[in-house]
Amino acid sequence: MTATATQAPTDVPALTRATPEARRATIIGCVLIALAVVVFWVFGLGAESGATATFNLSLPNDTFTGLQWAFNARVVAMIIAFILAALGAQRLRRAQLKWTNVILGFGLMLFVVAFLGWAAAGSSFSMVGMLRSTVIASIVITLGALTGLMCERAGVVNIGIEGQLLTAAFVATILSSAFGTWAGVLGAMAVGGLLGWVLAWLAIRFQVDQIIAGVVINIFALGLTSFLASRVLSEAQDLNAPARISSIRIPLLADIPVLGPMFFDHTFFIYVTLILVGVLHFALFRTRWGLRARSVGEHPKAADTLGIDVYRVRYRNVILGGLIAGFGGAFLALAQIARFEEDMTGGIGFIGLAALIFGRWMPFGCLAAGLVFGFSGALAQKVAILGTGIPSEFMLMLPYLATVIVVAGVVGRARAPAADGQPYIKG
Amino acid sequence: MTQAPPAPEATPPPPPPPSAMDTAAGVGSSLLRSLVMPALALVVALVIGAIIIAFSDVNNVPLLFEDPGAALSAMAREVVAAYKALFVGAVGSVYAISETLFAATPLILASLGVALGFRAGLFNIGAQGQMLIGAMSAVWVGIYVDLPTPLHVLLAILAGLIGGMVWGGIAGLLKARTGAHEVITTIMFNFIALYLVQWLLSIPLFQEAGRNNPVSTAIRPTAQLSPIFGGSYRVTLGFAIALVAVFFVYWLLYRSSWGFEFRAIGLNPQAGAYAGMGVATAVTLAMAIAGGLAGVAGANQVMGLAPYKATTALAGSVGFDAITVALLGRSHPIGVLWAALLFGALKAGGRQMQGAAQIPLDLVVVLQALIVIFVAAPALVRAIFRMKGVAEKPAQMTKGWGA
Repeated sequence: MTATATQAPTDVPALTRATPEARRATIIGCVLIALAVVVFWVFGLGAESGATATFNLSLPNDTFTGLQWAFNARVVAMIIAFILAALGAQRLRRAQLKWTNVILGFGLMLFVVAFLGWAAAGSSFSMVGMLRSTVIASIVITLGALTGLMCERAGVVNIGIEGQLLTAAFVATILSSAFGTWAGVLGAMAVGGLLGWVLAWLAIRFQVDQIIAGVVINIFALGLTSFLASRVLSEAQDLNAPARISSIRIPLLADIPVLGPMFFDHTFFIYVTLILVGVLHFALFRTRWGLRARSVGEHPKAADTLGIDVYRVRYRNVILGGLIAGFGGAFLALAQIARFEEDMTGGIGFIGLAALIFGRWMPFGCLAAGLVFGFSGALAQKVAILGTGIPSEFMLMLPYLATVIVVAGVVGRARAPAADGQPYIKG
Repeated sequence: MTQAPPAPEATPPPPPPPSAMDTAAGVGSSLLRSLVMPALALVVALVIGAIIIAFSDVNNVPLLFEDPGAALSAMAREVVAAYKALFVGAVGSVYAISETLFAATPLILASLGVALGFRAGLFNIGAQGQMLIGAMSAVWVGIYVDLPTPLHVLLAILAGLIGGMVWGGIAGLLKARTGAHEVITTIMFNFIALYLVQWLLSIPLFQEAGRNNPVSTAIRPTAQLSPIFGGSYRVTLGFAIALVAVFFVYWLLYRSSWGFEFRAIGLNPQAGAYAGMGVATAVTLAMAIAGGLAGVAGANQVMGLAPYKATTALAGSVGFDAITVALLGRSHPIGVLWAALLFGALKAGGRQMQGAAQIPLDLVVVLQALIVIFVAAPALVRAIFRMKGVAEKPAQMTKGWGA
């Protein structure tokens, strides 16, 4: 909100002994050692002695079947605890500043492996199946995050991603049922773009507070789609029966163990999303368009002075973002569920917003955050099935907790574009 | 309103002709404007709603091509029937009015919280989560504490207040200490609260014996809010509590020194800090009180409604409706009261409309969204009605999270 209220303690070096980076290294060192202790006591000593955990690394109809990794859960947990403790001690002793987040990510990955070994001790579970559902779950999250990225990089906050996804899913369902798949996909993108235009129009032409405009789009989308679903779709049920889009197996690549079923045996939505991430990264950081969009998001006045049409850039970016959200909505409706249900997005647009922030307003960050959040969802399902006694609700909470931790700057602060959410008034 | 000019470029917008600051428009016209604009917004929303009703009828739309006259009159009949039911269900009888007040009760409480936040320059999207946590705190007191009626009710409401205060206060504290934007954190805390409550409702501490789904044990009869007008009307003491809250927030904002600090910081935090105000404390406290009010709204959802059990759906859409109500009520306690009564009436009428005219209740949600968008963009309404007048600057409730 304000310079004063937002001033982090780290902004006053005179009062703190350590630099923010050193403080962060200390915090992460402590976190790693705490993880090591948990792994040692709970997953190591807690696992039945000599129990073998088996991770299945192939699916039944893969090219290479029967791949698996069987290990002694306790021994592996002990090794991981040792590695975590070593990493943590190194952070603390030297107050290491470099690679802090990479080390933390690596440590968390090891922690998850130890946890899964403990949970699966004495039984087996499909590792590849979980990774595959992670990728599938990450697609809408990533697309939602990329929507937000397009808008926020140009300085328009988009809280309405959820509403865009929901409306697009609704339109995709009806058009696909009536006129075929492609009509569904294109119509969904069009309506996503239309809602993007509405957001930009309200935010730019009328200077409605962007958060309010987004909230209203969400409420409007939920109300209208639910209204039409119970009034139209319940009467004309053939409009709620789109053909499910089938997978395209990419030759050769899909035969690679683990990676094949994870990435190369999906509907085209997933390939397009992965390509889109790369394209957006290039476009944002290597093209004139990207430079202009970013300058409008960081300092619209300077951009205006240099002759960039701030409003035009904002309109264009928010509408492009809407097209991406529409694509995500089509994926939900046509590839995931293949019918429309009231409030079928169930908050996934907000996870997308979280992924945008967690991914620090970077395209590959959005993808990585999408994968991490998708993984926590897949993990929650697995944990419920394995019956570890750990409530799956806590796994489902993780994306949101992680985002709060990131915005609070505990482990490295995420910085939004400087003019994000502020109306620009030509003067 | 909570106008915090972000940067030098914050001069009045181009579409309405530049003018003096809108606060300079005078007291009389502002009263008129605060009544006329919402009324016009309601009219436009109802017209659009009528179009939506008319063109979503699967029988009438095809008929339009065969016999336009018959189709149009059938559509008109349907719209009239729907809006008649909406009106009758909202204010057409004592029972209808009681239903309106019943629906307005949680809205008043939660919206006061959002409005208080706006006044302090904070956008609290977290009413939904604060309601859930407040409700669970009240439910715990309702199940486990053994007290006679008035004390038990008071203690449970107090628990709801404290639960909501803690949940909202965390977001305020994070904002004050680390600068984490409250819009982001409160959205995240909504989901964290949802999963937390879902878990709480699945452990023996709360879950009703013999249940597999997340439903709590019913609270004791001593903790239930009793109906004001007898058992056949659903308005409870909760409505009285909501009215007390209206006066409390009014007193807090306009008659107390804390309220003065909230408003000063909401208008210009730098100036507030320069004047020696504790911005961090005020931000935390404002979010805590906002959360507490939502928490009481949550407590009301369990204590004032049979079967007096908590579920994850107890907040319904109240947390988000609260944002719209606060905007419609221009973040003023009295305005919020009227706005909540209007939305309560729409909700009560919407149920009648669903029952009597078979128009889904969701239409009311669409109407609410439309009303708020027209209130938030007065230039839009002005353009529709070809009105001239003082150009009004739309309120920026938040600073972006880039700064």
